[in-house]
Amino acid sequence: MKIAGFLLLLAGWGIVLSAIALLRSSAPIAGFVTAGTGVEVLGLVLVIRSHRLLRRERR
Amino acid sequence: MTETTTALCVLLIFLVPLAAAGLSLINAGLGRSRSAAHSMLSSLAVLAVAVLVYFLCGFSWQGFAAGPAHIVTVAGRSWNWIAAEPFLLRGLQSGGSAASLAALLQMFSVGLAALIPLGAGTDRWRLGAACASTALLAGCTYPIFAHWVWGGGWLAQLGVNCGLGRGFLDAGGAGCIQAVGGLTAWSIACILGPRRGKYAMDGAPAAIPGHNAVLVLLGCFLALLGWFGLNCAGSILNASAAPGAVAGVAIDTMLAAATAALAAAAITRARFGRPDASLCANGWVGGLVASSAACAFLTPAAAVLTGLVAGTMVTFSVEWLDIHLGVDDPAGSISVHALGGIWGLLALGILARIPGDSGQFVAQLVGVATLLGFVLPLTYSLNWLLNRFYPQRVPAEGERQGMDLYELGAGAYPEFVIHREDLTQG
Repeated sequence: MKIAGFLLLLAGWGIVLSAIALLRSSAPIAGFVTAGTGVEVLGLVLVIRSHRLLRRERR
Repeated sequence: MTETTTALCVLLIFLVPLAAAGLSLINAGLGRSRSAAHSMLSSLAVLAVAVLVYFLCGFSWQGFAAGPAHIVTVAGRSWNWIAAEPFLLRGLQSGGSAASLAALLQMFSVGLAALIPLGAGTDRWRLGAACASTALLAGCTYPIFAHWVWGGGWLAQLGVNCGLGRGFLDAGGAGCIQAVGGLTAWSIACILGPRRGKYAMDGAPAAIPGHNAVLVLLGCFLALLGWFGLNCAGSILNASAAPGAVAGVAIDTMLAAATAALAAAAITRARFGRPDASLCANGWVGGLVASSAACAFLTPAAAVLTGLVAGTMVTFSVEWLDIHLGVDDPAGSISVHALGGIWGLLALGILARIPGDSGQFVAQLVGVATLLGFVLPLTYSLNWLLNRFYPQRVPAEGERQGMDLYELGAGAYPEFVIHREDLTQG
């Protein structure tokens, strides 16, 4: 789960990078940057949840 | 750059080590008494390692704006992705050039970033491992991100290439120094795990109060002086502010810190009946951290709002990480530096008044996305790999004895008997 979380973080950043590299107009860039950041937030939530689960298992 | 501006910058940069002294005292004071000397020595050692590694290779990858760099062209637009300076600072000209001033400021900045994870690893992070981790930070993570922001890299080019305001802005290092250090602190806290005795079998956290509130609060005063230097010099060198803007930058810095500390005091007073010294200190530093990005662009009222949010956020976040997430961060480094830094970057996009700033918030969001999507995975994986080859956590015996006795052979307070077990063990 932790690896999936980190992969989502990277994927979100990939969306952001692709948007600024390939798009010209600032409005769609803003949309894709927001979407990419959203994916990163999901990844962060997954990393945090995996940390909590791991902690419970260790107990 | 005029001689007066150069002299002003040098004077301001010489204040920055006081921020390092302040953070070191805060880290030591919030740790246990049996690890106090170890904490201070670790601070000195990681500063030394950070500066040397940065001299060896860090600056060659960070470079400075308008310096030599590798460029990649995508869809007809040129993006600067890494500097191409020679190693060992050989490309640097003395004589008061902006590049030499930037290099001087960066040497202190990378040291400051390296001190932040020490707060999260207090009482259990081996000295050698802290130095090795610092070498990775100063030689890889920090220079790459700092080049993108301060070295004319692709984040700084967002304004020119994509029409996003003035590109990603971070005058005093809320992202480059604080958030990078704070995310490394997160990685270190997760990899090391909590201190022995911190969590009971049912997961309930035990309070392990810092051993010296006076050190912590003295550290806050020193940090303020250091931040004046960091924010003012950073505004001139990284955000092209006029030397005359220094007073305004200092006012914003002071207001943000003051509001954040009072917010923390009010919240802890309301919740626990008394203001909590360590959380007030965390709030103070959180305000300083949050002020760093936008100090050159905020009105005083906006600086107060920035500090208010930072102080509130840091206070709740420290508790949330400790109780609900099970991350043992004795000095609150993750909340103060990572969250405070990210909030400071976003506050610039929301609250700053920059002429022609259309799209500035999106530029700031791209920078935050890069911190979460690139810096966090990079620093976590580097430290995870390091931990596989060189275990970073001290053995259980060392933690029981205290880091001072186990790693240094002598305590910070030898004339006091602090723990009975220190005497009874063989």
